[in-house]
Amino acid sequence: MHYQNMDRRKFVSKAALSAMASAIGAEIVYGSNLLKNYIPLALQDPDPFEMFHKDKQMVLLNDKPWNMEALAHLLDDKVTPNKYMFIRNNGLIPKDIKVNDWTLTIDGESVNQKKSYRLAELKSKFKQYTYQLTLECGGNGRSEFDPPTSGNQWTIGAVSCASWTGIRVRDLLEDVGIKPDAVYLGYHSADLHLSGDPGKEPISRGVPLAKAMQDETILAFQMNGADIPLVHGYPLRLIAAGWPASVSGKWIERLSVRNIVHDGEKMEGSSYRVPCHPVMPGDSVDDKDMCIIESMPVKSLITYPRTGAKIPRGQTLNIRGHAWAGELEVTKMEYSTDFSATWKECRIEKPVNRLAWQHFSAQIDFPKQGYYEIWAKATDAQGTAQPMLVPGWNPKGYLNNAAQRIALKVE
Amino acid sequence: MEENNHKPKKTGQRSQKSSMVQWIVSGIIILASIYLIIKTLPGGKNSEEKVQTITGLQEGDDFDKIENGIHLRTGLIDAPGRIETIGNCTTCHSSKLIIQNRMDKEHWAATIRWMQETQNLWDLGANEEIIINYLVTNYPPKKKGRRANLEGIEWYELRQ
Repeated sequence: MHYQNMDRRKFVSKAALSAMASAIGAEIVYGSNLLKNYIPLALQDPDPFEMFHKDKQMVLLNDKPWNMEALAHLLDDKVTPNKYMFIRNNGLIPKDIKVNDWTLTIDGESVNQKKSYRLAELKSKFKQYTYQLTLECGGNGRSEFDPPTSGNQWTIGAVSCASWTGIRVRDLLEDVGIKPDAVYLGYHSADLHLSGDPGKEPISRGVPLAKAMQDETILAFQMNGADIPLVHGYPLRLIAAGWPASVSGKWIERLSVRNIVHDGEKMEGSSYRVPCHPVMPGDSVDDKDMCIIESMPVKSLITYPRTGAKIPRGQTLNIRGHAWAGELEVTKMEYSTDFSATWKECRIEKPVNRLAWQHFSAQIDFPKQGYYEIWAKATDAQGTAQPMLVPGWNPKGYLNNAAQRIALKVE
Repeated sequence: MEENNHKPKKTGQRSQKSSMVQWIVSGIIILASIYLIIKTLPGGKNSEEKVQTITGLQEGDDFDKIENGIHLRTGLIDAPGRIETIGNCTTCHSSKLIIQNRMDKEHWAATIRWMQETQNLWDLGANEEIIINYLVTNYPPKKKGRRANLEGIEWYELRQ
């Protein structure tokens, strides 16, 4: 049967589209784009929770491109399983990945010579490492900024800490041989631009060479001991934890060793950049005054109990959660039940490895009945703590690390 | 390549029927019929995927059904400019991206400009004003302050 492997979108014929365009009264100037790419959403809606093996409690923010976040209580596991891992896409997920033909090419101004590796060769030639690594979207918390900033309105659930297995980027670059003028590593991926333009990359970001050379910066084949799920970057993903998760490129086909700061898609303008100096909320900021986000700020999540708990008076409440601080370690974890008037310390574990989130817990007794909020505050190794209010406004709403709050009633 | 030879033939036949219908009924019904045609074509494993789980539409609904002022297929508020917004904006990205956002006129316009400069959005011509007016009327910014109250809490008895 010729139809067995066909994609439904291919059935949208030119005639059908012209009928559609006239029906909706839209101009036909973009007809050629439509012809190749347009599928009305209702025609292509599979169940994303089934398709990506996500829990039904996950929150779908966007279906083209696919973006989905967790709720705080879903992130209770020490190692985040796939079903609770947020999805962030800038473009369309690649199709028909032929893993046996998958090739990684290392190029750029600062390689001695361009070199390519088959996936199997990467796996057999280099030593493999496994780390638990925190990945948080740079825009996690965007929904709280005032004035609002554009993009997916993440609340608190665009963060995960899974176990990733792969080879060190450093080992790979040493095998390739790089020149002394190398400053940045940029990635190129197999995903497709939303407009369908094959000449455009949805996203091509990267990290300074020093970050690329860290022990924990890996090219991963596995997540939680199995092949990486397609939506999370199968078959090869760059993982550079502690930085905006957009530097951890998915579906990696090519790495470019640059002698300049990588200038790929979404490295410039307001994308994943914040004002170099603080600005007033709503200010417009020149491109030249925007700086690339590097390490993510200190942050924490209460993952138990779920917000909205009611407990009887006299009962001790156990709370727990995770804290992380970009490149740094979290050294202190506190909670408040009186809107930050007083703080008490939580127990906090050391990270399993650098760049893994850390687990905290506490027992709380409540003096009287009523409505409470539990606020959580982590402090990093440099003494910087989470703010209680939404921090510095920036044009794209990045880096909101304000303390998370859960509601509680003692009855 | 064989697949490619079959596709236009099949869809061509279907859309000829649709074109005839176009002269008899409104374009809305055409959309509904295209939807049904495509939905019922054999599509390998895709045909087994659940359809309509993330829009408000149910099986058999009108493709452009409006309920309580909401255009169910896209979730967009049904108001002047909706059709132009769907036609120009949802080609590349989901209407869910629009619905999530709240901006004033200047920032909706700036977002359109950014998409034109970097994301292959075309010149919107006379539709630009219609679209921006639709967006700012139906999706204006709300003041949130530095921190909002916790809202939408679902209370439950915690058993530890």
